[in-house]
Amino acid sequence: MASSNATLRAFLYGLPGVDRVGADQRAATLGTRSIKTTAKAEAIDLAISMVDLTTLEGADTPGKVRAMCAKAVRPDPGEPSVPRVAAVCVYPDLVACAASALSGSGVKVASVATGFPSGRTSLEVKTADTALAVAAGADEIDMVIDRGAFLAGDLARVFEEIVAVKQAAGDAHLKVILETGELATYDNVRRASWLAMLAGADFIKTSTGKVSPAATPPVTLIMLEAVRDFRAATGRMVGVKAAGGIRTTKDAIKYLVLVNETAGEDWLDPAWFRIGASSLLNDLLMQRQKMATGRYAGPDYFTLD
Amino acid sequence: MRFEYAPAPESRDVVDIKPSYGLFINGDFVDGSGTAFKTINPASEEMLAEVAAADEADVDRAVTAARKAFESWAALPGRERAKYLFRIARIIQERARELAVLESLDNGKPIRESRDVDLPLVAAHFFYYAGWADKLGHAGFGADPRPLGVAGQVIPWNFPLLMLAWKIAPALACGNTVVLKPAETTPLTALAFAEICVQAGLPPGVVNILTGAGATGAALVNHPGVDKVAFTGSTEVGRLIARSVAGTGKKVTLELGGKAANIVFDDAALDQAVEGIVNGIFFNQGHVCCAGSRLLVQESIAEELLDALKRRLGTLRLGDPLDKNTDIGAINSAEQLARIRSLTESGELEGAERWTASCPLPDKGFWFPPTLFTGVAQSHRIAREEIFGPVLSVLTFRTPAEAVEKANNTPYGLSAGVWTEKGSRILWMADKLRAGVVWANTFNRFDPASPFGGYKESGHGREGGRHGLEAYLDV
Repeated sequence: MASSNATLRAFLYGLPGVDRVGADQRAATLGTRSIKTTAKAEAIDLAISMVDLTTLEGADTPGKVRAMCAKAVRPDPGEPSVPRVAAVCVYPDLVACAASALSGSGVKVASVATGFPSGRTSLEVKTADTALAVAAGADEIDMVIDRGAFLAGDLARVFEEIVAVKQAAGDAHLKVILETGELATYDNVRRASWLAMLAGADFIKTSTGKVSPAATPPVTLIMLEAVRDFRAATGRMVGVKAAGGIRTTKDAIKYLVLVNETAGEDWLDPAWFRIGASSLLNDLLMQRQKMATGRYAGPDYFTLD
Repeated sequence: MRFEYAPAPESRDVVDIKPSYGLFINGDFVDGSGTAFKTINPASEEMLAEVAAADEADVDRAVTAARKAFESWAALPGRERAKYLFRIARIIQERARELAVLESLDNGKPIRESRDVDLPLVAAHFFYYAGWADKLGHAGFGADPRPLGVAGQVIPWNFPLLMLAWKIAPALACGNTVVLKPAETTPLTALAFAEICVQAGLPPGVVNILTGAGATGAALVNHPGVDKVAFTGSTEVGRLIARSVAGTGKKVTLELGGKAANIVFDDAALDQAVEGIVNGIFFNQGHVCCAGSRLLVQESIAEELLDALKRRLGTLRLGDPLDKNTDIGAINSAEQLARIRSLTESGELEGAERWTASCPLPDKGFWFPPTLFTGVAQSHRIAREEIFGPVLSVLTFRTPAEAVEKANNTPYGLSAGVWTEKGSRILWMADKLRAGVVWANTFNRFDPASPFGGYKESGHGREGGRHGLEAYLDV
């Protein structure tokens, strides 16, 4: 199937289409689910445990990364019952720093790679970028696909790049960023999801966070349908990561509802669903404390890292 | 991880149900002369209120009040009538939460639907026809079309307030006055609407609400002072009405039953088609005259589609209508539940294969789990008769021509759905299908600007849109 553009195209364009109006409507309806009391408390802890705590700035420093790692392990210093987050996500040159800070904590180190965020570089650079990040201690690699090649119809090129990066990543988990904000149509989101899964992605991820729109509920819905159908077809389970623009507890819970009612409860696990975010964590902590005490504390009672 | 949604009930405190209600005649609540009856919450069988029943004398008083009010109401400039309608629409929006809770209590429909579908559409209908009131001369029915007089309107229990809006808004906009009888099992929101008429300062007699059972409806329809009869309900009763008004000069519109085909082609957007099928037949527990109760699926994708549909039905949440996460509420009455049961039993006897979603049913109240039948033939009762419940009959077809043939092979013709990614096929199908509404890649979508009505035994006349004005104008 992966041998040529023609065969890939025949398969991916043979997938059932996505009706935009219907998909938007379904995501909006699921957004009206009312998650309260015990369900909300469970959802908050689950969401915290699914966060990929992220800093991807040109101004990132080892000090900033170490501070973030401390927060990742113990998100609320005054409340030991708060679960740790799933991973921290940094640029490749800061992987070593994050790895040493997180050593033995159970929090994974994820590194963006392959010329993140645009991916406009050669395959040699992409694989080297990946291999170096893994060598420095990355447990997970968040690669970007070549959206230009995808939109130009060069599906084989996208496929082969993912295969090559997967090989360079070795044992590290490969998350493939589709950058759905640049794929423009929901049909393309479905096709890119299948393309990435066929090429060996362990996770498919919505966005880099550098392009607007980033993760949206309908796009995540379509990707969740894709992993659900892929497992039904092949038996292999692939994870989903929604990244970018998820800032509030309310939003995060909407994503958990999407997972629950689309892919199902098997995916309600940090091993299979992640939320890439930075400011979300403090809102989750704030809502968690509100549920426990009945009161909101001021923002100064939550650490800014 | 298993993610259980905790109960999230909408508060009942927003509604104030009185122990008993009278009739609304000439702007006042008065006692009825018939034997009062009880209205219950179908989800718990608890009694909600006692409601007066109107007898022939009450009907006569209401029609007389409407006749008297007609002179001055029809003489008002359209822009003045519009003010009242806009005011009613705004009050409905302001009281939307209360009305939604009341509707769910009395009808059994999930609060998600009464809140997100019924009430927004009710307000939209009044806004829409308020806009027409001063533009009737531009509606295509002459320079100065005249109203008919007194409209006698009888509405069903499936969308109590929405059907009231469909009837009252165009009637008032055109300058008619109305006497409306809500269904016996769902009178409460119509009575709340009577309060809204008072709140809006509507002149007495313009709107009269008479509660009661079939006899009240018959008395209203047969009253000689009624100039126009509008009915939404069963084809059986529709026939009786057509017979009784024949030769009287009363203008009549009937919106009756349906057995709509929801047609899914092999190139359809599958996930959205599944949503559309669910929305087509399980929306409002299938108590929808235009429900997509016959699924016609192209044989080449039948298995795949049914698997996806069954998986999706497994996620439907049946239970307390006031819980904000409920998808399927209660069946409106014991009588309707018995009818659904008898028709599904006939489906099994006739050899169709029954599949029912595994969901626990509450102990009290009237409930029926989402059910589908496969291996259904055109000749089965479940493929021909309107079940009016959460029961889907699945049939297959091989070619577009066969789909059209099967879809049209019914005495009804209210609505149809077509699911395909091919635009040209949608247009071809819409041309061939004998149904008043054809939805393409969606189902059960309503808009006040869009006319609604049936072919054949699904009734005649159109409600909604510019077409809906015709039924209330002397043209």
